[in-house]
Amino acid sequence: MSAPLVAIKGLRVSFDGQAALRGIDLDVAPGESVGLVGESGCGKSVTWLAALGLLPGRASISGSVKLDGQELLPARPQVLDRVRGGRIAMIFQDPASSLNPVHRIGKQITEALRLHRGMDGPQARAEAKRLLDQVGIPDAARRLDAWPHELSGGQNQRVMIAIALAGRPELLVADEPTTALDVTIQAQILALLQDLRKETGMALVLISHDLGVVADSCERVCVMYAGRIVEQVPTARLFEAPAHPYTRGLLGALPPLHGPRRPLSAIPGSVPEPWAMPPGCAFAPRCAMHVSACDAAVPEPVGLARNHRAACIRATLPAPHPENAYA
Amino acid sequence: MRKDGELLVAQGITRRYAMRRGVLGRSVEVRAVDGVSLTLERGRTLGLVGESGCGKSTTGRLVLGLERPDDGSVAFEGRPMPTPNTPEWRKLRARMQMVFQDPLGALDRRLPIGAQVAEPLEIHNVGTPAERATRVAELLRGVGLRPDQAARYPHELSGGQRQRAVLARALATDPSLLVCDEPISALDVSIQAQVMNLLVELQSRLGLGILFISHDLRAVRQVSHRVAVMYLGRIVEEGEPDEVLHDPAHPYAQALVSAIPHPGKIGRGIVLQGDPPNPADRPSGCAFHPRCAVASALCARETPVLKPRPGDGRRVACHVAQGEIAPGTLQKAA
Ligand SMILES: Nc1ncnc2c1ncn2[C@@H]1O[C@H](COP(=O)(O)OP(=O)(O)OP(=O)(O)O)[C@@H](O)[C@H]1O
Ligand SMILES: Nc1ncnc2c1ncn2[C@@H]1O[C@H](COP(=O)(O)OP(=O)(O)OP(=O)(O)O)[C@@H](O)[C@H]1O
Ligand code: SF4
Ligand SMILES: [Mg+2]
Ligand SMILES: [Mg+2]
Repeated sequence: MSAPLVAIKGLRVSFDGQAALRGIDLDVAPGESVGLVGESGCGKSVTWLAALGLLPGRASISGSVKLDGQELLPARPQVLDRVRGGRIAMIFQDPASSLNPVHRIGKQITEALRLHRGMDGPQARAEAKRLLDQVGIPDAARRLDAWPHELSGGQNQRVMIAIALAGRPELLVADEPTTALDVTIQAQILALLQDLRKETGMALVLISHDLGVVADSCERVCVMYAGRIVEQVPTARLFEAPAHPYTRGLLGALPPLHGPRRPLSAIPGSVPEPWAMPPGCAFAPRCAMHVSACDAAVPEPVGLARNHRAACIRATLPAPHPENAYA
Repeated sequence: MRKDGELLVAQGITRRYAMRRGVLGRSVEVRAVDGVSLTLERGRTLGLVGESGCGKSTTGRLVLGLERPDDGSVAFEGRPMPTPNTPEWRKLRARMQMVFQDPLGALDRRLPIGAQVAEPLEIHNVGTPAERATRVAELLRGVGLRPDQAARYPHELSGGQRQRAVLARALATDPSLLVCDEPISALDVSIQAQVMNLLVELQSRLGLGILFISHDLRAVRQVSHRVAVMYLGRIVEEGEPDEVLHDPAHPYAQALVSAIPHPGKIGRGIVLQGDPPNPADRPSGCAFHPRCAVASALCARETPVLKPRPGDGRRVACHVAQGEIAPGTLQKAA
């Protein structure tokens, strides 16, 4: 891997003494696409909110986040104001932070252009139109004067992407960008993100709870569980050789599209509460491969192949997953 | 004539709503459901898929008799659906239950789940208090909860456990029909699998007929015996899940299938142009024609009917799939 654009090391976050992130190590190389998957509450959003200094004051944060070698933690407004929306743009999951309903969409894009590229007047308007064209909004010149409620959900999401692109980011973090959209529109937006990445050469971090979505659009996948990354794997290998029992569990839980229908190999139980974390591996209580050694200490990531690591003491054992419909 | 296993038969049901645009806007008519016919058998599941606003939930409410269709009819266990809120209707309601997407919203936050599972038994005066307590324990066990969890409040359970509690309550009155409206969409992937397994198991144990509403074709294949694809208030294709998923006939069904995230899939498949349709401004002819890659002039004029196509008998409402016209290029001309 080339020198990382973003390097996250040992990132820990807790709220009121309860750990949300328990040591995240993640590198994003220039131009690459990385998917982040995992169950609700595992820390996907908090990872990037912490990196960009967007968590509330009561969050306690430690560890390191470097952008091109420059340390971003602890968050300093002078540094982050230039990074956010500029070198790193984020599309938020929170619907409250989507488009402002009382401003025309053109104004919202030119505002981002003024902030991050110092553009004004007709120049900004022309660039805003170009951005709307780029994200595939038909009749862009006229749509600049539209209100958010005059556009469909999919079009609003395209406008959000246009605003994110306004600062010519080197990394776009898209947090569940398609969850609220219909499947056919979801496919449009994912295809758009791919095209934009090719056109602009930016890196993409795609956050989703849907392994399928992430595998469709990313070169590499990070699987998170209870505040940690438990497996990092090239997408091509994910389906051939998933190593962590949780990753295997997620694959087994996905209903197949072919073959006989039989009960899914559901992962039993549910995610541990933050105040009742198991002592060793957080997945142990739900794990079919659990042995007593799993409870001794938190498993360190083990390298299994190029760019493939899993945090499981039994991950090196060959255990082909019988339910895996893609093998 | 009614076939033996037939539980529910809906014929040409239509539901119109008046929708006002803006505060002072004139009201326009929205045909949320437009001439839908479907049959559900005992012990079988019909999956209903389609995009947001296509009328899935409205169809669910109509077949449960929660709303009356403006046109068409619904028959349950061979008898026409009684008028809502009559005693006869209330009696029938115990035999059909609905399960919604959001288990937390469906449960009362102030009551332990045991009390909520017992509620329908009390309303319908089933058994003595002691018998009810036994039944509640049995119902909880049946959905994979422990009887001691009856004392828990909804917020003390995980999402999957809450949906189990909702199912236990729905099953309390021994229904023969379950309408599940997006029952797994709010749940995590690993929990979705648990709930799908549970539905299939409950069905084989209790012989329930299930209408499974979802936008997730994978989930629909997993639990359904038949699948109906809806677009703007109408069923556009119907068949066995594997027929429809592996060889969709309707251009819209083809787009839906190709939009399923599918690890290792080659190319990006069909990416539909255009936005989802506005039900208040329904396109002429085939409602799908403005987004359809093979539409012809006829498609904008004449509404295709749902009927078996020549050859394999797949039920599909499309002029091209029926072989009535050659694939056209209306969209590119526009
Ligand atoms: N502002 C906050 N205050 C307190 N706790 C928080 C806050 N934001 C997040 N958390 C907690 O941190 C943990 C991780 O949350 P995060 O939002 O990163 O999850 P996620 O993986 O993005 O989940 P989802 O798929 O539901 O979006 C959760 O337990 C959450 O409750
Ligand atoms: N009570 C109502 N009054 C007015 N319009 C309604 C009402 N209920 C539904 N509609 C309209 O009818 C159409 C169909 O709605 P319905 O809720 O059945 O769709 P759906 O397929 O269940 O969508 P979703 O996937 O978003 O749940 C929509 O255009 C909706 O706005
Ligand atoms: S070919 Fe015509 S009838 Fe068939 S889906 Fe397309 S527009 Fe509708
Ligand atoms: Mg999140
Ligand atoms: Mg609905």
